[in-house]
Amino acid sequence: MRTRIFVPGDSGAVSVGADRVAAAFIELAKTGDKKIDLVRTGSRGMYWLEPLVEVETPEGRLAYGPVTAQDVASVWEATLTGDTGHSLCLGLVDKIEFLKKQNRVMFSRLGIIDPLNIDDYQAHGGLEGLKKALSTSPDDIVEAVAESGLRGRGGAGFPAGIKWRTVAAQDAAEQKYICCNADEGDSGTFADRMLMEGDPFLLLEGMIIAGLAVGATHGLIYVRSEYPAATKSLKMAIDILRDAGWLGETVGGSKHAFDITVRRGAGSYVCGEESAMLESLEGKRGEVRAKPPIPAISGLFGQPTLVHNVLTLASVPTILADGAGAYKALGTGRSRGTQAFQLAGNVKHGGLVEVAFGLTIRELIEDFGGGTASGKPFKCAQLGGPLGAYVDEGMLDLPMDYEALAGAGAMLGHGGIVVFDENTDMAEMARFAFEFCAIESCGKCTPCRIGAVRGRELMDKLIAGKDIDSCLTLIKDLCEVMEEGSMCAMGGLTPLPVKSAIKLFPADFGLAPDGVMKEGANARAQAT
Amino acid sequence: MKNSIDAPYGAPDKVRKICLRYANRGSDLIEVLHDVQAVLGFVDETTQKEIAEALNITRAEVHGVISFYDDFRSEAAPGTIVRVCRGEACQSMGAENLLPVAEELTKGRPRIGVEAVYCLGNCALAPAVTVGGTLHGRVEKDHLVAIVEHAALADEASE
Repeated sequence: MRTRIFVPGDSGAVSVGADRVAAAFIELAKTGDKKIDLVRTGSRGMYWLEPLVEVETPEGRLAYGPVTAQDVASVWEATLTGDTGHSLCLGLVDKIEFLKKQNRVMFSRLGIIDPLNIDDYQAHGGLEGLKKALSTSPDDIVEAVAESGLRGRGGAGFPAGIKWRTVAAQDAAEQKYICCNADEGDSGTFADRMLMEGDPFLLLEGMIIAGLAVGATHGLIYVRSEYPAATKSLKMAIDILRDAGWLGETVGGSKHAFDITVRRGAGSYVCGEESAMLESLEGKRGEVRAKPPIPAISGLFGQPTLVHNVLTLASVPTILADGAGAYKALGTGRSRGTQAFQLAGNVKHGGLVEVAFGLTIRELIEDFGGGTASGKPFKCAQLGGPLGAYVDEGMLDLPMDYEALAGAGAMLGHGGIVVFDENTDMAEMARFAFEFCAIESCGKCTPCRIGAVRGRELMDKLIAGKDIDSCLTLIKDLCEVMEEGSMCAMGGLTPLPVKSAIKLFPADFGLAPDGVMKEGANARAQAT
Repeated sequence: MKNSIDAPYGAPDKVRKICLRYANRGSDLIEVLHDVQAVLGFVDETTQKEIAEALNITRAEVHGVISFYDDFRSEAAPGTIVRVCRGEACQSMGAENLLPVAEELTKGRPRIGVEAVYCLGNCALAPAVTVGGTLHGRVEKDHLVAIVEHAALADEASE
C-alpha cells in the first residue's frame, strides 16, 4: 500500500522550510521500497505549526509539526510503526482545537486538496455552484447573492447584491468586466494569498458565476507583485479550467463566454483602492479617481465593472451551491455568512480563523490565538490593517461584526488582527501611521499627500518632547482635515489608528489618563 | 540572481518582442515593464523610449508609471536585494531591529541592497524578509545575516 503524505506548498509554509521538508520526503522515497505519494497542498492556516506534515491513515490524517527536513526520517518511521508518541505528532488534524472550532466555508478545501487538481476540487464540492448558476437565470443568480446578505470582504462591507444589480442593469454597455481585487496590501492580512495559492479554482468559479449573472465576458484579477506564487497558481488554474471547457468561448457548453486574465501590481499599496486599481489595470499610475461615477456604472475603460475582493467572490460558489438561506443563517445582525479572520503579529497561534461573524475579539485573540507570542501582557490589537483602529483590553468583548465595530469607532476591514504586547510604544505606532500614508499616498489630493508628511513631523516633535500640547492640537485638526478632505480611504482613514492610539494610550503621548496634558508627564520629555 | 548591468543598452529586439507579446497594448504597460525588467534588470531611458514607441504612448506616460511604482527601476539594481517588511505585524515582532542589521551588511558591499517594504503577506510568521526574491518567515538577526551572506556568496560566484 502506498502512503499519501501532504506537505503545504503555501508560500508562508515555504518561508519556514516546507520545500526542504518536501525534498526530504522525495529523497526518502528513493531509498529502499518506501511507497510515498507526496501531495503539495495549501496551508491549513495554522502557521505556528508550519511546516505541517499530514500523513494519511485509515483513521484520518495524522499531523506532525513544525517539521524540519531533519525530522522527516523519524516522522516516516513513526508512520510505519503506527507510533503516535512522536514528539511532533499532533494527533488527527481534524481534532486540533484551532481547526475544530472553525466553520470553514470559503476555506473548506485549504490544506486538504491539491490546489491544481480539478478532479480533487470537484470531489470536494467544487463547480457545484457554477453548475447551479448555469441552470438558473442571471436575475436569479443576482437575487440569490442579494438574498444571502453577502457584503464586500475587502473592507468597506458594501452589500454585494446592490453592486450586482447595478452592473446587471447597464444594458447599453458594449463590454462589462469583473475585476477581482487581489492587492492584499494591509499588514496582518494574508487570507487572499492563502486562497489564491491553496484553492484558486474557487475564486475563478466565483468570477465566472459573477460574469454569468451581470453579463460580463471578461474577468481580470489584480494580484500584488509580492504574491508571485499566487499569480502562478491562478494562471495555471485558468489554463486547466479553459482546457476543461469552463472558461473561454463557452462556459461549460452554455451560450455564455467568459475568460479571465491575471494582471500583476507593482508594489503600490494604494492600488488596493478600487479606483486606483482600475487606473493601474489600464496601465497608468495608480492614482485614485473621483467618485461618482461609481465603477459599477463606469469602471474599467469606462465600462460597467463589478469590483470585488477575493473573499467576496470566493463566497459566491457556496451561496449558489447551498442556497442563499444556508449562507444567511450564519452570522449576526447585518453581517451574514463567515469571515476569514487573520491572526498576526505578536500572537502565539497566528493563522487563519474562518468563523461566522459575531464572536468577540477576545475569543479570537485568546481562545484561538493563545495570547501573545512573547508571553508578555497584551497591550492592544489593530483591526483591519494599517488604516484600522487600535483596540485595548477593555474593548476585547466587542463582537466582530461590521456595525458593532463601527459603533465603537473601529472597523473590521479585511479581517486582519495584529496583536501587540506591552513593549509597544503607541506614539511610535501613530507616527508610523502617518509615515506609511506619506510613503504610499498616490499624491492626487492634498490632505493625504501633505497631511501625512505634516503628521509625521508633528509626531517626531511630540516624541522628542517638544510642545506636546500644541502638537496634539495640531494633530487633531490635521486628522479632521484628512478625514473630511481626502479623496479615498488612504488619507481618510489614516487618522483612525492615530486617534485611537491617543485616546486609548494617552500616557504614551505624554498625557494624563483623562487625556489632559499634565506638566512634565511625558517620560520622554523628562529624559530629553 | 544574475544581475544585468552588462545587458546591452536598450536591447531593442527583446523589448519589441515583449511588447508584441501584449499585442502592443498601452493598457498592458505594467505587464510589459515587469517582463522587460525581468530580462534587462532595469528600464533605462532608451528602453523607455522604445516601449513608448511600441505601445504608441508618450515617453512621459512610461516614465510616470516607472516613477510611481516601487517595483520599477530606471537604474541597475544591486545583485542581492534584501527586503525587510516594516508592516505593523512585523513591527510587533521586532522588524525594526532587523533593518539596521541588514543595512550593516551593505557597508562597503555595493552588490547588496536593502529596501523597506510594507507587508509581504506573511504576517502570521513575522518578521518577514525576502532575500533575492525568496520569502523567509520568523526571521531573527543571526538568521538574517546567514541568509544574506549565503545569497551574496551565490551572487558573487555568478559575477
